[in-house]
Amino acid sequence: MTPLLVALGAGVGATLRFLTAHWLDGRWPSGTLLVNVVGSFVLGLLFGAGASADGLALLGTGFCGGLTTYSAFSVQARDQGRIGLGRGAAYVAATIGLALLACALGYGLGQA
Amino acid sequence: MTRPAPGTATIAAVFVGGALGGTLRWWLGDLVPDGGGFPWTTFAINVSGSLVLALLPVLGVVRRHPALAAGLGPGVLGGYTTLSTYAEQGRALLDGGRLGLAAAYVLGTLAACLVAVTLAGHLSSRADQREFDAEEGNE
Repeated sequence: MTPLLVALGAGVGATLRFLTAHWLDGRWPSGTLLVNVVGSFVLGLLFGAGASADGLALLGTGFCGGLTTYSAFSVQARDQGRIGLGRGAAYVAATIGLALLACALGYGLGQA
Repeated sequence: MTRPAPGTATIAAVFVGGALGGTLRWWLGDLVPDGGGFPWTTFAINVSGSLVLALLPVLGVVRRHPALAAGLGPGVLGGYTTLSTYAEQGRALLDGGRLGLAAAYVLGTLAACLVAVTLAGHLSSRADQREFDAEEGNE
């Protein structure tokens, strides 16, 4: 049961990420940045709220894991760095800083 | 940005690829769970997934087929790697007062992934990388 929940959540999450990036990513990857921050917020919320094992499989490991991406983030960071090192550093700092902040915010809200 | 909507085959490829990649990540995490220390399994997943994504432009067949590029890049590798678990692990380490470990994990993953994609980038031409990017392989 668990792998099916993960697969379903990840399929939906990946599709939503792809469509968001398709519409929002330009020279600057706003769409990928957005899904990485939103996914980190939702996962923090799930952990904070103490979601059930099935809920975590479907929405956490599945949906949030599929919605967010480290592989595209790494390649985009490298490519932004080729345009300008400051640009690459800004993309990395924005993604990691906002993702950690969003995750902590979600965790706090989930506990409340 | 006004781009035509992606085709149904491309969207289906992303869904199936994402489901496969996510399931592989879950399976590895089940096999070798991240403990309370350095999350090595998630680290290895993110570094290997970033490396393979940066290697894909080498393959002409992937560059020429949008559904394949989307199914493997945003699909399998996007579903396989995760930034949300990485953020939650970083948050939990910070919350537990383990500042050094949190910094080592957050910055160590970033550095290892950047080195991996930079090295892999030397194996294909910039033109091939742009073609793969235009097929939306990096989303």
